[in-house]
Amino acid sequence: MWTWFHKLASPPHFYSLSATMIPWFAIPGIGLVAYGTYAGLFLAPADYQQGDAFRIIYVHVPAAYLSMMTYMVMAISAGIGLIWRIKLSHAVSAGAAPLGAWFTFLALITGSIWGRPMWGTWWEWGDPRLTSQLLMLFIYFGYMALRAAIDDPAKADKASGILAMVGAVNIPIIHFSVEWWSSLHQGATLVREGGPAMPVEMLYPLLANILGFTFIFGALLLGRVRTEVLFRERRKRWVRNLVFPEGGDA
Amino acid sequence: MTGDSSNMPDIWTAFTGVIRRDVLLAWKRPGDVLNPLFFFAMVSTLFPLAIGPSPEQLQFSGPGVVWVAALLATLLSLNSLFLSDHEDGSLDQLILSPQPLPLLALGKSIAHWLTTGLPLVFVSPVIAVTFQMPSKTISIMMLTLAFGTVSLSLLGSIGAALTVGLHRGTALLSLLILPLAMPILIFGARTVSLSAADDAVTAGIYFLAAYCMLALTLAPFATAAALRISNE
Amino acid sequence: MNDAMAMGDYGAYVWSSFGLTLIVLAICVVQGVLRHKSVLRDVKTRIRAMESDQ
Repeated sequence: MWTWFHKLASPPHFYSLSATMIPWFAIPGIGLVAYGTYAGLFLAPADYQQGDAFRIIYVHVPAAYLSMMTYMVMAISAGIGLIWRIKLSHAVSAGAAPLGAWFTFLALITGSIWGRPMWGTWWEWGDPRLTSQLLMLFIYFGYMALRAAIDDPAKADKASGILAMVGAVNIPIIHFSVEWWSSLHQGATLVREGGPAMPVEMLYPLLANILGFTFIFGALLLGRVRTEVLFRERRKRWVRNLVFPEGGDA
Repeated sequence: MTGDSSNMPDIWTAFTGVIRRDVLLAWKRPGDVLNPLFFFAMVSTLFPLAIGPSPEQLQFSGPGVVWVAALLATLLSLNSLFLSDHEDGSLDQLILSPQPLPLLALGKSIAHWLTTGLPLVFVSPVIAVTFQMPSKTISIMMLTLAFGTVSLSLLGSIGAALTVGLHRGTALLSLLILPLAMPILIFGARTVSLSAADDAVTAGIYFLAAYCMLALTLAPFATAAALRISNE
Repeated sequence: MNDAMAMGDYGAYVWSSFGLTLIVLAICVVQGVLRHKSVLRDVKTRIRAMESDQ
């Protein structure tokens, strides 16, 4: 088992393995999202309070959930990289950051669009969940800015790793903000006592989209980490052999 | 007892030594302490100048303005926290010393607060009065600023350690610290506003105190780790 | 069909949300692919330059 793990962390193995793994994430992901989006838009009954506007949930919730999950991936892989000094882990952290920033942006925008007809406003400064999601976007930017500002790649890895871990404090704040403080944003719908507060025709497409988006994220992340590994290892022999196979001419 | 270990200062002496050194350095360069204070005062003045001097508006915006000004003044003073040590090599000494680096980092943060945050807390009533703040609110404001500036010095040390010696460090440092500082700002300013409206302030004070305790216990470790990395 | 597009008066909101999501996902994919190609290109150029010097 450990041999497999060690092999995985070796850059050339990861490079070839990730190429085969990407379709296994992309295809189920796209399939699930296709079903979830179609069913969510056309099959699920309209909400009795919100009408058809509630359908935004099918993109908003996956985006918001992924924005937080990506941050955890980024912070945990940074921590693993710092503690066990696994370079691949730092590459994962670096690859996850722009994806997380995009998801956070998407969550904020779809949330704002949803809020306009529902709450009557594009933005509500007093709301803790909106504010903490915005903070999360800033933390992502800070992480990427710090990486860009440090020339030495190993130093950049470690410094941004510390930042990622410090910023992880924000995650529980976002998640629990709707419980701790009064908020326009609704409370937990899925993971709560008594089971999800949603009929199955509405619930299944949502679960499908959440799972599907996660798979798509997996595919995207694998692609980014793959590129990152290629870049970091560009001076190594295995890259040379990969790009110009043995006996081949430049 | 070998000669070596009897010469090594104990932890407490090292800790107070770090604080004492920074405070003395600030004493010799009053500008380091006064400049952020002037900045604090001037930024506060910008708002009435820009928005208009009507007393209701001043009273309404006072808590927020004072807090934003305090935040900006603190951010500005953070960049130099480790800079001179980095340049003259004392940072290397600090990192190599046998005492635990987190403790020394805590010392630096406390010294920073003593020379920046604490003076700011004492100057704030002067600003608050110009914003027509009632005296009961002023004491709440000073309390929130006290907790807040301690947290800012601690969190800011992490940012300063991560960006020491980097090109355009100040802007980057602000970008890194502001997201962590925003909850402090929100609760600090809102609590003062609540006090002005005669509402309950205990929740806000507790939050600020809790955030402060969290920063006190965790920030020094992050700062120490960041110092080691930046100084490689 | 028109009912589906209208989404009960909320059409603009719903479709723009889904549209934006699609666009962002497409950007993520394209950005990733372009970067990979660019890195590959640079690596090849570098190796060619180094080996032609030998």
